[in-house]
Amino acid sequence: MSKKKNIVHPYIPNSVPEVKAKMLKEIGVKDIDELYEDIPKNLRFKGKMNLPEPLSSECALKQHVEKILSKNKTCQEYISFLGGGCWQHYVPAVCDEINRRSEFLTAYAGEPYEDYGRFQALFEYASMMGELLDMDVVNVPTYDWAQAASTSIRMAARITDRTEILISNTISPDRLSVIRNYCKPVIEVNLVECCPETGRVNLDDLKDKISSKTAGIYFENPSYLGCIENRGEDISDIAHKWGALSIVGADPISLGIIVPPSNYGADIVCGDIQALGIHMQYGGGLAGFIATRDEERFVMEYPSRLFGITPTSVEGEYGFGDVAYERTSFAEREKGKEFVGTATALWGITAGVYLALLGPQGIQELGKLIMQRSQYAMEKISEIKGIKIPSLQTAHFKEFVVDFNNTGKTVKQVNKALLKQGIFGGKDISNEFPELRNSALYCITEIHTKEDIDKLVQALDEYLNK
Amino acid sequence: MAMNMKTKIRNFHQAKWDEPIIYELSSPGERGILIPTIEKEIETVVGNGLSKLSKNMLRKQAPNLPELSQMQVLRHYLRLSQETLGADLNVDVGQGTCTMKYSPKINEQLANSPKLTELHPSQNENTVQGILEIMYKMDLFLREISGLDKFTFQPGGGSQAILAIVSIIQAYHETNGESEKRDEMITTIFSHPSDAAAAAVKGYKVITIYPDEDGLPDVEALKKVVSDRTAGLLITNPEDTGIFNPKIAEFTRIIHEAGGLCGYDQANANGILGITRAKEAGFDLCFFNLHKTFSSPHGCGGPATGALGVTKEISKYLPVPLVEFDGENYYLNDNVSDSIGKVREFYGVIPVILRAYSWVMSLGSEGLKEVARTAVLNNNYLLKKVLKIRGASAPYAKGRHRIEQVRYSWEELTKETGVTTEDITCRMADFGFHMWSSHHPFIVPNPFTLEPTESYSKAELDEYVSGLKKVAEEAYKSPDKVKNAPYRSVVHKIETDSLDNPSKWAITWRAYLKKCKKQTE
Repeated sequence: MSKKKNIVHPYIPNSVPEVKAKMLKEIGVKDIDELYEDIPKNLRFKGKMNLPEPLSSECALKQHVEKILSKNKTCQEYISFLGGGCWQHYVPAVCDEINRRSEFLTAYAGEPYEDYGRFQALFEYASMMGELLDMDVVNVPTYDWAQAASTSIRMAARITDRTEILISNTISPDRLSVIRNYCKPVIEVNLVECCPETGRVNLDDLKDKISSKTAGIYFENPSYLGCIENRGEDISDIAHKWGALSIVGADPISLGIIVPPSNYGADIVCGDIQALGIHMQYGGGLAGFIATRDEERFVMEYPSRLFGITPTSVEGEYGFGDVAYERTSFAEREKGKEFVGTATALWGITAGVYLALLGPQGIQELGKLIMQRSQYAMEKISEIKGIKIPSLQTAHFKEFVVDFNNTGKTVKQVNKALLKQGIFGGKDISNEFPELRNSALYCITEIHTKEDIDKLVQALDEYLNK
Repeated sequence: MAMNMKTKIRNFHQAKWDEPIIYELSSPGERGILIPTIEKEIETVVGNGLSKLSKNMLRKQAPNLPELSQMQVLRHYLRLSQETLGADLNVDVGQGTCTMKYSPKINEQLANSPKLTELHPSQNENTVQGILEIMYKMDLFLREISGLDKFTFQPGGGSQAILAIVSIIQAYHETNGESEKRDEMITTIFSHPSDAAAAAVKGYKVITIYPDEDGLPDVEALKKVVSDRTAGLLITNPEDTGIFNPKIAEFTRIIHEAGGLCGYDQANANGILGITRAKEAGFDLCFFNLHKTFSSPHGCGGPATGALGVTKEISKYLPVPLVEFDGENYYLNDNVSDSIGKVREFYGVIPVILRAYSWVMSLGSEGLKEVARTAVLNNNYLLKKVLKIRGASAPYAKGRHRIEQVRYSWEELTKETGVTTEDITCRMADFGFHMWSSHHPFIVPNPFTLEPTESYSKAELDEYVSGLKKVAEEAYKSPDKVKNAPYRSVVHKIETDSLDNPSKWAITWRAYLKKCKKQTE
């Protein structure tokens, strides 16, 4: 018998010794150790895991974790102008109410017979995203935008049977890093220049680089630097002329006012849904979407699960299930399309709730508000002596570059000064885009009031010019 | 009337709301939430904000989203949630391989604190010392649990962790100038499908080892396929059969001798915490699913974390950034010499890491072992009980004990009654239970996989067994009753043919409406 002290832990009902004894008797062994008979002695861990003494009372545990978390300074306590792939938008209370429901929070991979609501909620998410994107097929969300873009590129390569992708060089460097790793060694990644004055894709460079080996061109709209690409149709036309696909990464929250990529020739659209009712969570709130037209050649190339609506044995009743399951790695292992596993379904449900709350008017008004507030910030910041806003005349959405090269200060210095004023300044992109040198990416959403923006402008002006 | 305590069978009926699709509930003009109004002063400066937008870029028609008031949205989704049988509600031992355990509510409270939810990943490191500390300490915990030397939490799930492992193995061989020559990845049929599929994404030819008579991956088969083309091994242990592979160190030795690296898929780690580790078995890399073994809830399929660990020798390939501690401050280190780059944007699914940290802090070293030992106790108790059910069997390793789960078979029952695993799954739903089959291909015929973890009481395990027994008895007595199930679920038998038919499948409501219209024309 084990001589260890018995622990009765609230998470482990059968840790009660009497229950354990009954169960051991039923199994026909004397000690749990006997159940491990197949593990050879040389593989047994003989040491003791050096872990802290447990805080088995919930009270002590809460105090401990909260004490550590209290060291964080949040975007609620500070005014934050950080974006660049993760954004602070308002999260409606109903979004949290739904994604914290025990049933959704703790369900996993049941059949529609037990998990009917999960299937319907994700089908509805796809349906609302489909309207936003003006496309008929949307996947159950993948990990993040980077994965969605990576998979879109892989899909394009399979559809065209080609092995090169052209990517606009204003893409988020993090995302590009994910894509490069995911494509290696099967797909060659080449970058297309953008025009420094407008922040838009350089069509001449695209024409120079595209060839009959190009599977697709991937660009973002708005770009990582916030510029709106208004020649999407030209880009798509160039791609199509060469038999390549047009793949667009888009911010779904912009699509209340900006035309969806499918309307300017995109064959595959991808992006992140974090903006749609999901907290930033230090970057943990990301989730990627992929959308296409309802054509077999596209649908059969998705690796993700696709939930479809279908009849049941009772007339009028809606059933749900996996569309074309045989294409997935669940069905076909390495012969399936890429791979599928646990990703970000709960955020899909949440984004669905968000879109249902906003409705057609809300999403339009929100887009307009973000345009207005971000333009106001651009105008005001550009008036500060020494600061320049490149491509100021290009339409932007939500984000824009602020150039500090003529201020005599680095972004790091500026942000340090702002921090003292209770402000998280824009994301330092001096290393991400060395050609822009000393620049930061600022983000303005519906949460930023005029007062917040004015406070930023004043703090910048004071630090740089007074 | 309450459940019959003798038969342990509930007169269950799942919530059935007959809830329409949200578009059918739409009522023009209703609003779910209002947007802040623009300040007059801003409007004076920038007008409607759209003047710089070229005409072709302006969306002319608002997207066709449903229009509902707030409470109506809430009610719709609450009904859908009630039509979902989460692990909090049912005795979820039927979802084998997924480690459906209790996700403590205190950890939800902590993960939902604004001190975590309202952090931006590009904040100054001085303002995020709390969360970096938790990530760093969780790394230290997993080093103890695995014996490996450094962890990253970047992968957003097990499959993404597998992709990262394969990427690292590829980078390692690249450094040695062997990446082209070493183009084969070895795995086993009872390891997760992603072990094979992610390797194929990275261009590898996948070699799959099948089980021997004992249900263990065949070491002789491994010897035959290993060569100087071998890049590495991706393997689970115990595999989904729940049988621990005692020759695992021989596997890793054979691969190492051939110049490959060994990646340990620890999806099935719940029964071996503190008992046996990746290090002693000779692995170079491993990953744990924090949403499984480490208690973070499964969220209908994520968000999740595949915590990836490596030995010191190959830590230079890890994705960036890594969380480090300089004795005073925690910081993000991008300076990793041969990093594969990134597999996910930013640093991972942070709330999942926090919950895992809190869970380990609640249990400590002895508590984790108690988790493992109880999970194994529960599993073998369940095994004993299930094998008494007519028509059920547990192929392989007859008479031996299993670790944390068992892949069972209804083969005998199917032969004798015509009732299949799928039928039983449907009927189990009538009693408030889930019963999953297995990953494909079905090496075990008419499979079902039970994993009772440490979270369920003896009484609950008995109840689940009663459900299985009841349905098995029905299969023998009145097979049609089982075949036509469910009767008390949200939904009846689903017609699946249209889901494979391009002219009929509908992945969105708008596609459905188009296709319905076409059919009626």
